[in-house]
Amino acid sequence: MTQTAMLKDKSLSTAQQEARRRSRMLMAKRIGGQAYLWLLLVVLYAPILLIFIFSFTQSKVFGNWTGFTFQLYENLFTGYDSTAQVRVDPNLYRAILYTVLIAVAAACIATLLGTLAAIGLYNMRSRARKSITFLNSIPMINPDILTGISLFLLFVFLNISRGFGTVLIAHVVFCTPYVVLSVMPRLMQMNPNTYEAALDLGATPAQALRKVLLPELRPGMVSGFILALTLSIDDFGVTFFTKGSNGLETLSTFIYADARKGGLTPELRPLFSLIFLTILVLLVIMNIRTNKHLNKSKK
Amino acid sequence: MKKFTEIASARHTWAWPYVLFLVLFVVLPLLLIFYYAFTTPGGDFTIQNFVKFFHTSEAVNTLIYSMAIAFITTVICLVLGYPAAYIMAMAEFKTPQVMALLFILPMWINFLLRTIATVELFHMFGLPLGEGALLFGMCYDYLPFMIYPIYNTLQKMDRSLIEAAQDLGANKTNVFTKVILPLSVPGIYSGIVMVFMPTVSTFAIAELLTHNKITLFGSLIQRSFGEGGIAMWNYGAALSLIMLIIIAATSFFDQERDHDAQKGGLL
Repeated sequence: MTQTAMLKDKSLSTAQQEARRRSRMLMAKRIGGQAYLWLLLVVLYAPILLIFIFSFTQSKVFGNWTGFTFQLYENLFTGYDSTAQVRVDPNLYRAILYTVLIAVAAACIATLLGTLAAIGLYNMRSRARKSITFLNSIPMINPDILTGISLFLLFVFLNISRGFGTVLIAHVVFCTPYVVLSVMPRLMQMNPNTYEAALDLGATPAQALRKVLLPELRPGMVSGFILALTLSIDDFGVTFFTKGSNGLETLSTFIYADARKGGLTPELRPLFSLIFLTILVLLVIMNIRTNKHLNKSKK
Repeated sequence: MKKFTEIASARHTWAWPYVLFLVLFVVLPLLLIFYYAFTTPGGDFTIQNFVKFFHTSEAVNTLIYSMAIAFITTVICLVLGYPAAYIMAMAEFKTPQVMALLFILPMWINFLLRTIATVELFHMFGLPLGEGALLFGMCYDYLPFMIYPIYNTLQKMDRSLIEAAQDLGANKTNVFTKVILPLSVPGIYSGIVMVFMPTVSTFAIAELLTHNKITLFGSLIQRSFGEGGIAMWNYGAALSLIMLIIIAATSFFDQERDHDAQKGGLL
């Protein structure tokens, strides 16, 4: 960006001095602005970089460098620490498994429930729609701790023992509103008569749903699903209050319990380094693809 | 069976399962907070839980302190975040969305782990873990929530309005204070709410960042449900109700919040 500006600066050597001074000021401003953004980003990424760097050293204590090695990565994948001759905490793997299971299940249920709800809401009279939309916004506004405690009280009140099922319900509670909001704009954009037209042309409601509605709603459902997935994986507060005490942990609550005990399981460092790299690569690919798409549509 | 297809073809009924779900798992639990807050462990009506709160100066101070921390965090995030959002929205990057993505990317790493890494960073630079660490950690965790909504409103802003103001003779300061700033107010409101609400209700982060030196209101609530045992649940519910009132008051501040644009845009 700045390079092209500089080239322009040279080629315009015949231009008036005033114009040059202005362009130079603009450039200085732009560089200053960019520098500020990069400074913020450096601070924002410093802790993540730290996790990444210390995933390549074996030290049990986070922040202690004891030489470069891939040992922690090996431990993570084999589940066995060959230097200390002990197994890697099996609870870590259970936590990973439960995190993924709960996230996928919650995202699936939320997508189904939310999509149906969005279609229903779209076809409702405005007063009913308004009050349900308000109800739908409560889990989004409510902070984790209140969602968690209110559900905790519900399960206590109904005498339901807490565990996998209660965590799953809790995750569906805070994921579904976002699915509803991702699907809604697609409904607003589509021609409301196409569904009726399909019925008039002899399609059964199920066929009309599958062949007319769903293809239109799919992008909204996909982004709602991914959003639900990330919200579920990242959750700590709600899980903390609904998981009960019979040993169910997700990665968040596992890390919390670990940190309170004093030491962090070292294998968490390579785990999250890999997660971060995966997401980075996915985003880069997505970006390249959308850019290609944009270029194509421009042509 | 025919009856079922009749019901199913009236599409407004498709929302019924979700409505039932919302009543059972959102409305009823919130009512239970009220119920527990105003009862004794035996189930009798009482306002003792609130009396106890207002008579425990430590608890009241914790609430005030938490609100102050949340307020300061919000102000710092606004001061740091507005310029960043402004620069991002105004600069003609080749790929503007990449910059925005870079600010959101850290959120994909578990925030507890990031917080622990921040603590480690403080250790490495020999900085003490106290109020400073707490504020830094909070700002660090929630800055993207301030930048994003402001960036969104600035980006959607009609650029020709700026040109119009310039053509009509407004200087740079005037263009900013009379055109850009007023137009970005909805984004600022959303940002303030999105930072203030989670910081005022946070638990866990404060303990980790200060090694249990500082207790926030959220941790106080958490403790009355965790270590306190059944006897403390009603008191905890009363504290939760106070928190609920704060949250409700804050959300009125930002009624036309466009959730879709913000959270949906995070992807």
